[in-house]
Amino acid sequence: MTAAVSFQNVSRHFGSVRAVDGVDLTIAEGSFFAMLGPSGSGKTTCLRLISGFEKPTGGSIRIFGEDVSNTPPHLRNVNTVFQDYALFPHLNVRDNVAYGLMVKGVSRSQRHAKAEEMLALVHLDGYGDRKPAQLSGGQRQRVALARALVNEPRVLLLDEPLGALDLKLREAMQDELKALQKRLGLTFVFVTHDQHEALSMADSLAVFNEGKIAQIGSPQDIYDRPATRFVADFVGSSNVLPPEVTRALGGPAEWASLRPEATRLAATGPLTGTVTALRYVGSGTRVVLDANGTEIAAMVPAGQPVPAEGTVTSIAFEPAALHLMGAD
Amino acid sequence: MTAPAILAQRGLADRLTALLWRHPRLLLALLLTPPLLWLGVVYLGSLAALLLQSFYSIDEFSGVVKEEFTLKTYGELLRPSNFDILIRTVGMAAAVTLACAILAFPIAYYAARYAKGHWKAAFYLGVMLPLWSSYLVKVYAWKLILAKEGIIGWAAEQTHTSWIIDGLLTIPGLEGSSLSTSLLGTFVVFVYIWLPYMILPMQAALERVPNSMLEASADLGATRAQTFRTVILPLALPGVIAGSIFTFSLTLGDYIIPQIIGNSANFIGMAVYQLQGTAGNIPLAAAFAVVPIGIMLVYLAIARRMGAFDAL
Repeated sequence: MTAAVSFQNVSRHFGSVRAVDGVDLTIAEGSFFAMLGPSGSGKTTCLRLISGFEKPTGGSIRIFGEDVSNTPPHLRNVNTVFQDYALFPHLNVRDNVAYGLMVKGVSRSQRHAKAEEMLALVHLDGYGDRKPAQLSGGQRQRVALARALVNEPRVLLLDEPLGALDLKLREAMQDELKALQKRLGLTFVFVTHDQHEALSMADSLAVFNEGKIAQIGSPQDIYDRPATRFVADFVGSSNVLPPEVTRALGGPAEWASLRPEATRLAATGPLTGTVTALRYVGSGTRVVLDANGTEIAAMVPAGQPVPAEGTVTSIAFEPAALHLMGAD
Repeated sequence: MTAPAILAQRGLADRLTALLWRHPRLLLALLLTPPLLWLGVVYLGSLAALLLQSFYSIDEFSGVVKEEFTLKTYGELLRPSNFDILIRTVGMAAAVTLACAILAFPIAYYAARYAKGHWKAAFYLGVMLPLWSSYLVKVYAWKLILAKEGIIGWAAEQTHTSWIIDGLLTIPGLEGSSLSTSLLGTFVVFVYIWLPYMILPMQAALERVPNSMLEASADLGATRAQTFRTVILPLALPGVIAGSIFTFSLTLGDYIIPQIIGNSANFIGMAVYQLQGTAGNIPLAAAFAVVPIGIMLVYLAIARRMGAFDAL
């Protein structure tokens, strides 16, 4: 099977800034792929390399096997849902959605019929005559989605699509996007800086750091077995243990991660410290200990006793929960 | 130890601030009254007086203004000699506006989308600088530039292209012994003088078009020409209309440029100047002056119908 998108040693430098630096990437057809990373990590530039708004300074990009490194955006069969939606304010919703067909010369009646079909797909039937300014944020988002899908792209790119929505709407849209992707069987590539969003929506994801991919894998892989300190830090709420602590706990002298959910409080254990902070998170309480200068978090499930701040307690865990990783 | 006071000591200024805070409309009224007096009484009032005058007529024998309502004066506008003036002025204003729009667009587009930092400052300076020197100086400078012995004539002679200018000057309506005595010269100077008034609003409108909108258009398969026609132009249209209101109405009302440059054919502004001065025919001068107002209202109505303000 050909990959929907593949990068071979792709770089995009802006002067001395290496926004994307030697990235190799394969996105399987029909997958929901997330690019996760902090701002300035190169994830958005990668998306723009796929859509054609950036040209690589090195390497080659293929979409379904075809080298598109020198193809302008309007000739690529990929479409984008923009972060600010970029709806045309002077056109009504129907003409916005039909825009891609209009520039291809599809007749008015045909493109309007298709636009209505797309609006129904995103549950906006009957909104065709409104102007974008008359819609709520969530509705604009759907229009942007319908507009991007009207050309029947083989890859749909989403740039922080849910960033501007409030929490409840965001969660609803996450489910809807996922369902839509399954139904259409399209390849979705979306960029986000939200770990939870990436983990809950993607089939596989790439974690970006300083223009390079720090790790690529399934959400489970990334969450349970972070390859580097950066990934452990950024993706999870994992404890990152320096080599001397790992060795003190009976492991080799390497960096390791330990998920708070994998720990429990005990009277005695390999790590002892003073409780410095408590944070109630609904499903439990996050207890932060200061163990001789190393900060460790443990999760106490709801319903179990929570130690008071300032008490001394120990943390116990299964040795298998300690995950070793690279130093960078 | 006494606790600090919850309410600070009140001086007169504090009390005034508090009063305005309690009555926000009072502040608005204070701010708006002077400009409203200016606009409402002085400006609209004199406009109304003008309108009134245009419905009076002049007694042809005594030269006295008869203060009776009549449409006779407007009828006089349709006399061939007067109607020519209207046609000439409106035609010139339309041509100047079109030329300004075409010349201004690339400049405004560059300034809005590409110019950054120093280049942007240089752009503003370049556009504004001509406005800092006297209008008369510029017009007289153009008279010299366009004269037969001027730099354009000289350059044409050196490059053996004088026949182009001579040819242009034989086109009916543009006849003249040189560019500075042809309506073509009048047109060139009008375009030069009013161009900044087209560039600035256009640039402001183009600046408000986010880059992502142009990318979205390309992303959906539009070529650059299609993006220009279906996205950039409609979104820039309010700015183009704003600029054209300036260039159009300024050309309609100007009476100095056609006096200095051109074939001394009459324009509305010159007619008004002569009628209210030497001829003392205030009603006809007023009727002439009402024409540009009427034209602008029609123009704006058409622009609105065409959806020029939909993107606002």
